[in-house]
Amino acid sequence: MGKGRDKKGAKMTEIRCSPHIHSRETTKSIMWSVIIALLPATFGSIYFFGPDALKLIIVCILSCYIGEVVSNLIFRRKLKSFDGSEVVTGLLLAFVLPPSFPLWMAGIGGFLAIFLVKELFGGIGFNIFNPALAARAILTVAYPLEMTQFTAPLSYRVDAITTATPLGILKEGLGETLPSLWQMFIGNRAGCLGETSILLLLIGAIFLLYRRIITWHIPLSYILTVAVITAVVGQNPLFHILAGGLVLGAFFMATDYVTSPITPKGKIIFGIGCGIITSLIRLKGSYPEGVAYSIIFMNMFVPLIDKYTMPKKFGYVKKI
Amino acid sequence: MFQGGVKLVDFKEISKGKVIENFPASEKVIIPLSQHTGIPSKPLVKKGDAVLKGQLIGENAGFISSATHSSVSGTVIGIENCPLPGGRTTPAVVIENDGKDIPVEPVNRDWKNLKSEEIISIVRDSGIVGMGGAAFPSAVKLTIPKGKKAEYVLLNGCECEPFLTADYRVMREEPDRVVEGLLIICRALEVKKAYIGIESNKRDLVPLLRETITKFVSDTTVEIKVVPERYPQGSEKHLIKSVLNREVPSGGLPVDVGCVVFNVQTALAIRDAVCEGKPLIERVLTVTGLVRSPKNLRVRIGTPVSKVIEYCGIEITEKIKVILGGPMMGIQINNLDIPVLKGTSGILILPEEILPEEIQPCIRCGKCIEACPMLLVPAELGRYAENKRWDRCAEFNVADCIECGCCTYICPAKRPLVDLFKWAKAEIRKAQK
Repeated sequence: MGKGRDKKGAKMTEIRCSPHIHSRETTKSIMWSVIIALLPATFGSIYFFGPDALKLIIVCILSCYIGEVVSNLIFRRKLKSFDGSEVVTGLLLAFVLPPSFPLWMAGIGGFLAIFLVKELFGGIGFNIFNPALAARAILTVAYPLEMTQFTAPLSYRVDAITTATPLGILKEGLGETLPSLWQMFIGNRAGCLGETSILLLLIGAIFLLYRRIITWHIPLSYILTVAVITAVVGQNPLFHILAGGLVLGAFFMATDYVTSPITPKGKIIFGIGCGIITSLIRLKGSYPEGVAYSIIFMNMFVPLIDKYTMPKKFGYVKKI
Repeated sequence: MFQGGVKLVDFKEISKGKVIENFPASEKVIIPLSQHTGIPSKPLVKKGDAVLKGQLIGENAGFISSATHSSVSGTVIGIENCPLPGGRTTPAVVIENDGKDIPVEPVNRDWKNLKSEEIISIVRDSGIVGMGGAAFPSAVKLTIPKGKKAEYVLLNGCECEPFLTADYRVMREEPDRVVEGLLIICRALEVKKAYIGIESNKRDLVPLLRETITKFVSDTTVEIKVVPERYPQGSEKHLIKSVLNREVPSGGLPVDVGCVVFNVQTALAIRDAVCEGKPLIERVLTVTGLVRSPKNLRVRIGTPVSKVIEYCGIEITEKIKVILGGPMMGIQINNLDIPVLKGTSGILILPEEILPEEIQPCIRCGKCIEACPMLLVPAELGRYAENKRWDRCAEFNVADCIECGCCTYICPAKRPLVDLFKWAKAEIRKAQK
């Protein structure tokens, strides 16, 4: 009797190790859930910043995909099925760029995010740094001027005006008036493409929490830390939560599975670390905003944090 | 309650309402001499011998071993090599059934007059092994190692694997025999207190069991504990944790925390052996999944799986898989000549699952860490095993893995973690030799 055949000679499926059932969640479904969660803010950015925003998003996603295809060709790997992770990286990269950022520069950013930051480190699951944020850091160094020019929201309808972000106003004290907290909450303020509307970002965040794709550990510990530190030095913590990329970073960037700790305790430590560094940069640094750098910085500590926060295993208690 | 685990759809409705049917003995039974953990039993019959139903055909060959009995009356055709689930083969006594079912001399004993050693000796001679799946010889479990003391007996009625309903039906239809079996176990272990642990999806059994208990003893002697429905609630260590909040130390046995755990059907088999002198020659199992008529059947040990499946109606095609046991820990087979064993709790037919051919990378989502009931870090262990870092696997306690499958079930990348851990354990064992 041949392997894989029963008495009547009918073929049967190949033998697999248990378990014989699997949850429906796949890497792909997780990625697409993140994309869905980013959609409200995507539409918001197109509303606030006009066609420029849409073009930037498309260029970022396309260049990320090109990055994936090119690295697969170079490393002679089979072309993977489109698992959505490139779209996530592309969207997130667009979200952390100024609305008027030149498209060809964004294209370089998207390509580097995938090729340099992700694939050269071994591809999905092996990269050390958050691809979108690392690409942003590269672009900040390469094109400092373009990276710090922000257009006023809704100004594309008449004549695009350059203005400062709320954090920029706070840091430079240029005499411009700060937008109200409500305007900042709904997103009617200058800033990077996807970071402005806290309301729309939170809708997506709630979806991710509800789907249990992210947990509360990192966002809550991150945001609370920033709130506490800014309150202690006498600034308005609510302003600091709504300004800059804190909400975007805390819910969508710092929670990136690959580049954040794997244990619950480690996640809290990671969030607190991000919060401390963000506050330090905002309050004492020369940049007005520190979310991107703080997350990249903390990315480097992930293996260390993981090592020291491994759970206490079952059956390692004192004998009765 | 234990930490970790997964919530599964239980699919028990398919067969929960089906009354246990006696499956007619097949014309030929194949009784492997190694159906249990430990040394195979030594054959006592040869080709051409006439045997009776319940006759000893393989004797105990060591401390951790078990006796084997004929499940039909008839003639021994020979001792042939028989495939077992998992790819091993073992010598098996093949018997042609004469259809007369002539039993060996029945006995009638009152267990209340028996001493502990007498009960243990009957259990050993009756070939009783754990019927929850692991098939560990029960007499060994009943023999408490020197210096240790059993305080509680736990009857495991969790049946936490989805689909399976055999234990449920046994408790529903034979509560007296089950409870009596539990009391016999208590006597053998000289234990004064027992718990019956059942998962909350079997809550409807509580009044029936309570009533049955009061027929024998006061209801403080045997307490029913309804534990939450969460896989792997029926794992010994996790049942003890849920019922008594005690943690079996790593590498230790339940008796290290004063507990001994028995499956429902094992208790019933012990009762039948002690009171009626009936050895373990049949068991109740669930045939479910894609079969046309799902059933709970009482099947003779040694009945080919193909006969049982045929009886319940199913076309064997490329698109299905046959699993002995439950979907989480059962073993897939593709040779349907494999016989029903003492540890076969079910025959499950599932549709083929489409899984990636190559191992996909871990995206570090951490879901496996939340799910692991042993509180290990399957994600890291998986990476180490994949890279053959057995030293790191050992350091990260792969030996504690109970292979429950929670991590693999939940993994979005569909990484074959249990498979990797089994490999790592085997390699570590090899290196230690």
